[in-house]
Amino acid sequence: MIVEGRGFVRKAMRLWVPLALFMIFTLFPFYWMVITSLKPNAELYSRKVSPLIVYHPTLKHFVDLLSETNFLLWTWNTMLVAVISTAISLIFGVMLAYPLARMKFAGGGLIAFTIAATYLVPQPLLFIPMADLINRMQLGDTLTAVILTYPTMLVPFCAWLLLGYFKTVPIELEDAARIDGATRFQTMYRIFLPLCTPGFISAGIFAFTLSQNEFLYALIFLTSTDVRTVPVGAISELIRGDVFYWGQLMAAALLGSIPVAVIYSFFVEHYVAGLTSGSVKA
Amino acid sequence: MSEQVLPLAAGRRAAFSWRRLFEREDVFSWTLMALPLIFLVVVLGYPFVYGIWLSLQDRPVAKAGTFVGLANFARDLDDPVFWRVAFNTFFYTGVATLLKMVGGFGLALVMNQTFPMKNLVRALMLLPFIVPTVLSTIAFMWILDPSFSVFNRVLISTGLVEPPGPSWLGNPTLAMASVIVINTWRGLPFYGITLLAGLQTIPPELYEAATIDGATAPQRFWHVTLPLMMPVVYIVTLFSVIFTFSDFQLIYVLTHGGPANATHLFATYAFDIAMGAGQFGLGASIALFILPALALLLIALARYMRSN
Repeated sequence: MIVEGRGFVRKAMRLWVPLALFMIFTLFPFYWMVITSLKPNAELYSRKVSPLIVYHPTLKHFVDLLSETNFLLWTWNTMLVAVISTAISLIFGVMLAYPLARMKFAGGGLIAFTIAATYLVPQPLLFIPMADLINRMQLGDTLTAVILTYPTMLVPFCAWLLLGYFKTVPIELEDAARIDGATRFQTMYRIFLPLCTPGFISAGIFAFTLSQNEFLYALIFLTSTDVRTVPVGAISELIRGDVFYWGQLMAAALLGSIPVAVIYSFFVEHYVAGLTSGSVKA
Repeated sequence: MSEQVLPLAAGRRAAFSWRRLFEREDVFSWTLMALPLIFLVVVLGYPFVYGIWLSLQDRPVAKAGTFVGLANFARDLDDPVFWRVAFNTFFYTGVATLLKMVGGFGLALVMNQTFPMKNLVRALMLLPFIVPTVLSTIAFMWILDPSFSVFNRVLISTGLVEPPGPSWLGNPTLAMASVIVINTWRGLPFYGITLLAGLQTIPPELYEAATIDGATAPQRFWHVTLPLMMPVVYIVTLFSVIFTFSDFQLIYVLTHGGPANATHLFATYAFDIAMGAGQFGLGASIALFILPALALLLIALARYMRSN
């Protein structure tokens, strides 16, 4: 019994206590988002009741958010931009990664390094010239501006991630197809790419998550309410001067997180696989 | 497949050689890569070069620029705020990276044990990393709100602090501490899960051998785990440092660089100068100070890629 008891204490100290602390640290902000979005204003701004629970839950903030702001339109814009820029980035990513993974040619190593390097170039280094160029092309305040600029970070990223994935796919099937007389393009398109679905899912989820997360370009380029994305809309329209609409802000934060969270929950294993391939930004 | 019909008639030799050409590895590769490479040169390479050109100009927004050489950089170096920003950026990156590394190792070691619903726990742990930063930062704004901070209310109820509690985002030191902790909150899962994957590749025999040789748990960590984890640690740090160094969203939303520039980083300060004050040239020169740090990291990356 004593041994068992000591084992339990040991296990608690090594596993349960630190795990619980990590979980609280990680998840409390989400709990707080949910709680706040459900509280009526009287409770939100009361110092008398405990802030940690809801006494009279209400959906008023959600209703207000959806009826008084353009939140649904922002969500549509965010999705549209994320889907199109993810698709562009995956296609361009394959076009770059396949030759780099499979072909021998002069300059291949240099191109691979350049892609890794451009993937590391942070947005703040580019946003000022980008803003100037977008203005000159008269693309300011259009979704085209962000659809064009998001792939600048997503293409190198997808190419880099897919390159890593492609190298893990055995080459024998392609060799066999070549011997059977398939052209290089047929080998890639018909034989190789269908084998790479897990890689596309990983890269696709990451690109989608990164587009949903993007803020700087959207903030600069999208200034009228009907083209805004969720993060920009929430920051610019739910905070007016010194007035913070906390209930609606939390409802927006919660609803805005749901699309990413749902997609993520379906493909969490692919996400972790991509993450741990050691090529992902933090 | 009809393409296989050989030999081709003499009259079709031109078409035949086109196809042969396309079958060459280098021609095939460059043909396939041409479109994305042109795209990257136009939308990434050109703005990059143009940014350097802008930094050499006095260029108020909506006006033509005049070439001023290195005057913008000289002005930056004379600006006490710039030095404050430079200090902030290094301090923020250094401390946050250290916290994420230590915390990430802790998380990975905890998660490397067997317990029920491990996959669910791992999925939940990653939430801070996948939820859009601006949206989670809004939650932190409310957690640290000057009047209704839940954090302060909990602290007050435990008797640790006097009401009304500290103003987390109003005091320069506390504001810096807050943004560092929130950056850690967001980046910790990335470190934790990546390091966990690294831990799982270490063969258990090594630990058994070390234990038989009488190594204690800290010794096992120091002499077995850590050396084997160095490649993972290296690449994780490399990728994390550059994006912490150039962080924008968190600061912009939470403190806007305040109070009194205490949390301004290169990215947010460049934004204020370029978009707020409308001085594109000066702003571009500030943003370019991110470049030396990036260059160092790229050299490190090149060495890493060569060694693999």
